[in-house]
Amino acid sequence: MTASVQAKHPETAAVPSAPAASERQWPDQVYDVLKAAGISHMSYVPDAGHTTLIRLFGADPEVVTNVLTTEEEGIAIAAGAWLGGKRSVVLMQSSGVGNCINMLSLPVHARFPLLVLVTMRGEWAEFNPWQVPMGQATEASLKAIGLRVLRAETGDDLVETVAQAAAMAFDADQQIAVLIGQRLLGKKKW
Amino acid sequence: MNLPTMDRRVAVKKLLDARAGTLVVTGLGSPSYDVHAAGDRSDNYYLWGAMGGAALIGLGLAQAQPEKRVMVITGDGEQLMAFGSLATISVARPKNLDLIILDNQHFGETGMQSSHTGRGIGFDKVAAACGFSETAELRSLEEVDTLCDELRRPAEGPRLFVLKITAENLPRSLPPRDAVEVKNRFRAHLGFATC
Repeated sequence: MTASVQAKHPETAAVPSAPAASERQWPDQVYDVLKAAGISHMSYVPDAGHTTLIRLFGADPEVVTNVLTTEEEGIAIAAGAWLGGKRSVVLMQSSGVGNCINMLSLPVHARFPLLVLVTMRGEWAEFNPWQVPMGQATEASLKAIGLRVLRAETGDDLVETVAQAAAMAFDADQQIAVLIGQRLLGKKKW
Repeated sequence: MNLPTMDRRVAVKKLLDARAGTLVVTGLGSPSYDVHAAGDRSDNYYLWGAMGGAALIGLGLAQAQPEKRVMVITGDGEQLMAFGSLATISVARPKNLDLIILDNQHFGETGMQSSHTGRGIGFDKVAAACGFSETAELRSLEEVDTLCDELRRPAEGPRLFVLKITAENLPRSLPPRDAVEVKNRFRAHLGFATC
């Protein structure tokens, strides 16, 4: 999947300051910017679009990772990590956003920094109709509970968006979800 | 079949008197009041909401502070909402996280409706099945005294103890509702910037 995405969205031209990035794909670059932002803790419910990030963080001895049974666990774990001085990121698919809503009252009300990366389903070349309702409700649900929502549709834009979202989350005490467009992720292959 | 139960405030006070430098997270409702009643401290983090979050906040905190012990004190209703967290915590396998379930077998804040734990679900058994390193059900204050000694010993992994407490609504001892302030003073206690 990512190979075809790379072909559609070459990273070369837009990142002149990072020549090495031209040969790398956006998940590797997102990992780099999260590391540069001081992330040392990560929780996830797997999604195909997060495969590379999960692998890179899992192999990183400086990062504590947690596999979750349901997405809202990651919201509470991230708050605990911040209490203890660590910066955490939570990875999930759009279907998992619905599971998180009440737990998000914790970071919203107590103003915990929160950075969530959401891979989108149900919005672009979706083959599974069961993904459409929550995919269409994702952004509105997050905004309704009080999160800042950012979106990216290209690899370059995503890397830049995640970098600035991390700054806003951890330096400005914001609760931010970055939605990774299904157009960027590509059609799911069976 | 009425098995013995214990006074929740006395039990919690015993655990907290023996805490030394242990960081404490409390679940919403009466467990927050019990911990507050034993004395408000900056190394307590109280929940007034986010039901199902207590044990998991404890996990994140334990992972961020591996040199300190973390104790989560919550109720059966709050923990029932985070049933899967026992699997997540067991897989994460922190050696510095203890879960104390104050189990009155009821949803005490909402009118004392009977909960799952009064109908056969035992959190100590669930946690043992998940792979917690130590679990037990306690029914007396004498057993809590013994537990306080056991908690000082190093653990191989996460531990969970069910304290069967009397189902009663005691006078509330309300922790601060300003969650930003409680968060900031907790971080300041650990030497972190509060933003």
